[in-house]
Amino acid sequence: MMATLTKAFKPILGRQLGNTAKVFGAAVNSQRGKPTYPPPAKYGGRHTVTLIPGDGIGPELLNHVRELFRFSCVPVDFEVVHVNSASTSEDDINNAIMAIRRNGVALKGNVETNHTMPPNHKSRNNLLRTSLDLYANMMHCQSLPGVQTRHKNIDIIIIRENTEGEYSNLEHESVSGVVESLKIITRNNSLRIADYAFRLARDKGRRRVTAVHKANIMKLGDGLFLQCCKEVASGYPDIEFDSMIVDNTTMQLVSKPHQFDVMVMPNLYGNVVSNVCAGLVGGPGLVPGANYGRDYAVFETATRNTGKSIANRNIANPTAMLLASCLMLDHLKLHDYANMIRGAILTTMNETRLHTVDIGGQGTTSEVVQSIMRIIQSGGPLTTEI
Amino acid sequence: MKAVCGPVWFIYNVQFGSFVNLVFCALFGQIKTVTLIPGDGIGPEISTAVMKIFEAAKAPIQWEERNVTAIKGPGGRWMIPPEAKESMDKNKIGLKGPLKTPIAAGHPSMNLLLRKTFDLYANVRPCVSIEGYKTPYTDVDLVTIRENTEGEYSGIEHLIVDGVVQSIKLITGEASRRIAEYAFEYARNNQRASVTAVHKANIMRMSDGLFLRKCREVAENYKDVKFTEMYLDTVCLNMVQDPSQFDVLVMPNLYGDILSDLCAGLIGGLGVTPSGNIGANGVAIFESVHGTAPDIAGKDLANPTALLLSAVMMLRHMGLHGYANKIETACFDTIREKKVLTKDLGGNSKCSEFTADICRRVQDMD
Repeated sequence: MMATLTKAFKPILGRQLGNTAKVFGAAVNSQRGKPTYPPPAKYGGRHTVTLIPGDGIGPELLNHVRELFRFSCVPVDFEVVHVNSASTSEDDINNAIMAIRRNGVALKGNVETNHTMPPNHKSRNNLLRTSLDLYANMMHCQSLPGVQTRHKNIDIIIIRENTEGEYSNLEHESVSGVVESLKIITRNNSLRIADYAFRLARDKGRRRVTAVHKANIMKLGDGLFLQCCKEVASGYPDIEFDSMIVDNTTMQLVSKPHQFDVMVMPNLYGNVVSNVCAGLVGGPGLVPGANYGRDYAVFETATRNTGKSIANRNIANPTAMLLASCLMLDHLKLHDYANMIRGAILTTMNETRLHTVDIGGQGTTSEVVQSIMRIIQSGGPLTTEI
Repeated sequence: MKAVCGPVWFIYNVQFGSFVNLVFCALFGQIKTVTLIPGDGIGPEISTAVMKIFEAAKAPIQWEERNVTAIKGPGGRWMIPPEAKESMDKNKIGLKGPLKTPIAAGHPSMNLLLRKTFDLYANVRPCVSIEGYKTPYTDVDLVTIRENTEGEYSGIEHLIVDGVVQSIKLITGEASRRIAEYAFEYARNNQRASVTAVHKANIMRMSDGLFLRKCREVAENYKDVKFTEMYLDTVCLNMVQDPSQFDVLVMPNLYGDILSDLCAGLIGGLGVTPSGNIGANGVAIFESVHGTAPDIAGKDLANPTALLLSAVMMLRHMGLHGYANKIETACFDTIREKKVLTKDLGGNSKCSEFTADICRRVQDMD
């Protein structure tokens, strides 16, 4: 299969690519059509998913997820792994990583990083992403009709490289007062993420992929990223490809966001653009995010906020976390449950208009979750008592 | 009079009356000479517009026009022409129009060359919503101060092995301290209540950590200004939802580039955004950050607002607040009235009509 693929690509991509074709061929080969993951742990018809509560609003929102799943009789059991952000040893996060390797799928809250700690204390979330090689972060920003925003009808998919770039954690102080931080861009990872973006665009029937970069200044680094995107684009002639510089992109996003369809970019620009888009559709409480690797998938809120200031006050918006759990159910191929819960969430948001404080309403978190459970119950399937 | 003293400058478009006025000011030492770099494309016409408006406002400014196209100096290094450098060093203040960066000219970007020549370490962009030019965001009033010399734009990149590239982001304590000091000075001089440092120290612990530490140290000396720190992603998220919560933002190069353009987008784009670059030794160059627009060059269709607002920023920097307020109010009034707007602002008037309207308003204010 790889031999035929490489042969097929050689005339398209040109002789001189050689090595690229093999790498590209390998990347495509291991994920032809829908990505194939080893089957997640499944005993007696039930799936086991790792749950990492995290800090801030994470624990309370994930409790609501568990409550909702129990109520709707979703065949998912959660293996809870706590990660203490204050401890300096990496045992906690390593346990969590081991649990995810075991189960294949995880749902997590954000683990806070205290940035006054010394540099050898790495961000726990970052460690998780790089150890499990969750190379693609996917975020689908859609305007919800029930939410008041300045821009309407936004529908943008953002794909962000999740493991390298500026987040490589390679810094050194050569001389006191002079610090260098390395941003690493590799051909393999750039090809991989570009391929993921184009395949997703094709699967979802999207028509254009825009690469976001700063190659006019970082000629080698972002230049390599852009070149890889162009190479992959040539293999998808049905999808239009263009590129835009990151500062222009943010300017266009706040004035004309409807020109964007699917966007692919390296790590840091992904951070900026995904937060801008989340703000455009209504805030951090509404958008779910997914981190996909070859073998594992971890679901969380898209903007990864800890929400310390609103923790334990019953005012956090559960929508993002609940929609993330629906993405997880889709990943586990439990589509009926996913659609049922998603439908109930959207009905609460758009028809009942029960909103939490962050989107201008006055509901509490528990009221929103109760409303969702009532809608599910009235929908018909057998549920437990409210 | 200065006219007999130096062969280097000349007065542009001056009528007899204001010539006498200038003479008076020169005699009493109040007139200030500013280096003007018209630039390319629409540069010359918008520079002329600004000069006309300043003349109508009777601002005590004398313009010294210079060209900054790079020439090859001794030793093969590209540099700006010596007359331009000499003029800037003497006057310390400059106003620059858009410069075209030719692709195959062999010399580096002119903006980069200017930055290096005068060590322009701070890029300041005040973003204020313009009444009359409607955008979805109506309550923006913030200033972005960006470190302009190092950070992610140091240009230090290596190909390690085939397929692996590293870009180096350089943060030094000295540059961070300098930009933080400028930010707090600016806040104090312009009655701004708070300064927010934007960073990503959770991920880039050492580099942004150093930047933050220096900001904190400088904040100790400016207790009258409130200092806060915020992650870059949180700033982006909150900026598009509620920009009114931000005041002065200080940050390293890349974040500054992205955020300053984001804020420009909030108020209507680069065609209405002023910008200033502050250098060491008191040098300051104010510029319009839009492009040269070669398609409308010479057709009297250009919008001089960006260059005009940058010139107003320049007046404030020089302490001439009265003239600055007068010209700015006239400009905003013209835009608010919506009678003589240029094409990019939604009207179909010419640049000269727009300029004339502002001149009339300025004269009426006296």
